[in-house]
Amino acid sequence: MLMLSASVGVLFAAGAYMLMRRSLVKLVVGLVLLGQAANLLIYVASGPLRGRPPLVEPGAESPPTPHSDPLASALVLTAIVISFGIASYTIVLIKRAFQDVGTDDLNEYTTTDC
Amino acid sequence: MLVTLPILVPLVASAACLALWGRARVQQVFAVLTTVCMVGVAVALLNRVWADGPQTAALGGWAAPFGITLIADLLGAVMVLLTAIVGLAVAVFSIGGTTPARAAHGHAALVLAMLGAISGAFVSGDLFNIYVWFELMLLSSFVLLTLGGERAQLEGAIKYVTLNLLSSMVFLAGVGLVYASTGTLNLADLALRLDALDDPRRATALAAPLLVAFAIKAAAFPLFFWLPASYHTPPPVVSALFAGLLTKVGVYSLIRVTTLVFDQERALIADAVLITAGLTMLSGVLGAMSQNDVRRILSFHIVSQIGYMLMGLGIALHATARGDAGAPTETAVLALAGAVFYIIHHIVVKTNLFLIAGAIQAERGTGDLDRLGGMVRTHPFLAGLFLFSALSLAGIPVLSGFWAKVVLVRAGLEAGTYLIVGVSLAVSLLTLFSMMKIWTRAFWGEPAKTNVPPPGAAWTRLGPIVGLASVTLAIAIGAPWVFDFAVRAAETALDPTAYIEAVLPGRMQPGGEP
Repeated sequence: MLMLSASVGVLFAAGAYMLMRRSLVKLVVGLVLLGQAANLLIYVASGPLRGRPPLVEPGAESPPTPHSDPLASALVLTAIVISFGIASYTIVLIKRAFQDVGTDDLNEYTTTDC
Repeated sequence: MLVTLPILVPLVASAACLALWGRARVQQVFAVLTTVCMVGVAVALLNRVWADGPQTAALGGWAAPFGITLIADLLGAVMVLLTAIVGLAVAVFSIGGTTPARAAHGHAALVLAMLGAISGAFVSGDLFNIYVWFELMLLSSFVLLTLGGERAQLEGAIKYVTLNLLSSMVFLAGVGLVYASTGTLNLADLALRLDALDDPRRATALAAPLLVAFAIKAAAFPLFFWLPASYHTPPPVVSALFAGLLTKVGVYSLIRVTTLVFDQERALIADAVLITAGLTMLSGVLGAMSQNDVRRILSFHIVSQIGYMLMGLGIALHATARGDAGAPTETAVLALAGAVFYIIHHIVVKTNLFLIAGAIQAERGTGDLDRLGGMVRTHPFLAGLFLFSALSLAGIPVLSGFWAKVVLVRAGLEAGTYLIVGVSLAVSLLTLFSMMKIWTRAFWGEPAKTNVPPPGAAWTRLGPIVGLASVTLAIAIGAPWVFDFAVRAAETALDPTAYIEAVLPGRMQPGGEP
């Protein structure tokens, strides 16, 4: 658990750091890392229990108590699917932007600013 | 059942548009018909909510708080109606306002998907479900923004995508923390459990990531730069759709969570909202003054007007925080009613101004003020429509923006928040200045030389503009009724008993204890 919690922090820090770099590719890596950090956070915060899956034993009416919360996994699963779609979109976007602008230095991306 | 239709109609129609791939004209006509249906559904929903109170639906037959709940109260229902109206105007304008290549690549399907997602966010009663609608809305908007792939679009999109995804991640992390602390994501259930927790500090800490995320979506200070960097890059009709609706989803979510769920430390949240509101107004209007392009000026004004909506919310929270036991005071109701009025007025007028910018661009091929001029002689009708909408936006007396601002200012004076009132009046004056800048430089003066071929099908451009202008006029003439409506919407938002009772019957005991 401690390891997982620490990795949430590391992922958030790494994601934020990558977002602040000037490179377009690192920007996308940062966004993906932040997505993973948020997913892991949901999972860790729900307090998963080792070896206690929320499965109903044959003949039983309900899963044994205590058991891990299945809803958190469902939320993370949904979020993973969404972030997968968004990551693929973003990668295509930076490829097109790189082709059109000719650089991956974000400081050059200023023509639409004020 | 009725409450699921605002989502189902556009989403099913969007899928149908994909089935009609390759027949762009059919898709566009189909989109218009769909949005007409949406307006009908939204009016029916609003009517029902007005008569019988909040309408709910439990998806998949799982009762709240276990299943996903959809709920439309007055505020949600009127937002759904505005979404449908903007959708209709945009769908008609799209017929002449999109290039054939763009129309062939799914413009209509994307617009419908986005309208469905926005309606979903307005009627959702579940925090994670709101996140999913936000993502669907963002994905559609990403593609709408970049379709065509011009350099400016791509550059703008990178900023738009980055900041919006950042806000989504913060939102998602906030959702995770809320679930871990309370074990529920249903908004009504959440409101009860957070009150039962009796730990205001913790509730506010849980609120912080959500409020930050919604503030970014609403383009509030300081993270608003994604908006003016990107809204002027796609075709005008897409700008109009974004300008009318996207940021308002953020504002709506802010109103929803601060009044319903996180009402434990209203004084603290009120201060944060009021400070943000003031800075948002100022930075937006000052940014607009340095711009020289019709749509860039209008984009910055979206930011400044988000400030007005937040001002209403902030005053309302401020006033309830001082009231005994959190009961909604008259001032609080007045302030939130002002915000609701402002949102109603703003969505219609802002969409219309962007559509007018689109019509200018269609006639002259540019939105750059240095290359426009004299349109009052060549296009007097369009000029009249612009003047009317621009004056409404700035809040000239008897027009719709004036009434919205009067209500806000009066609430601010009653609540004693003089600083924000002063700022809002000054910003109002600067807004008028900006609108007059567009007027004098685009419409007055010598007609600029133009070699743009006269665009065909003027009715697809002027029709929606005249339609939205009539709605604006109706808001101005019917101001007392709109105001009564806004007051009732604000009352139900500020006193969530009816909302919670509709979602979780029998859980709300007298005295507010679960």
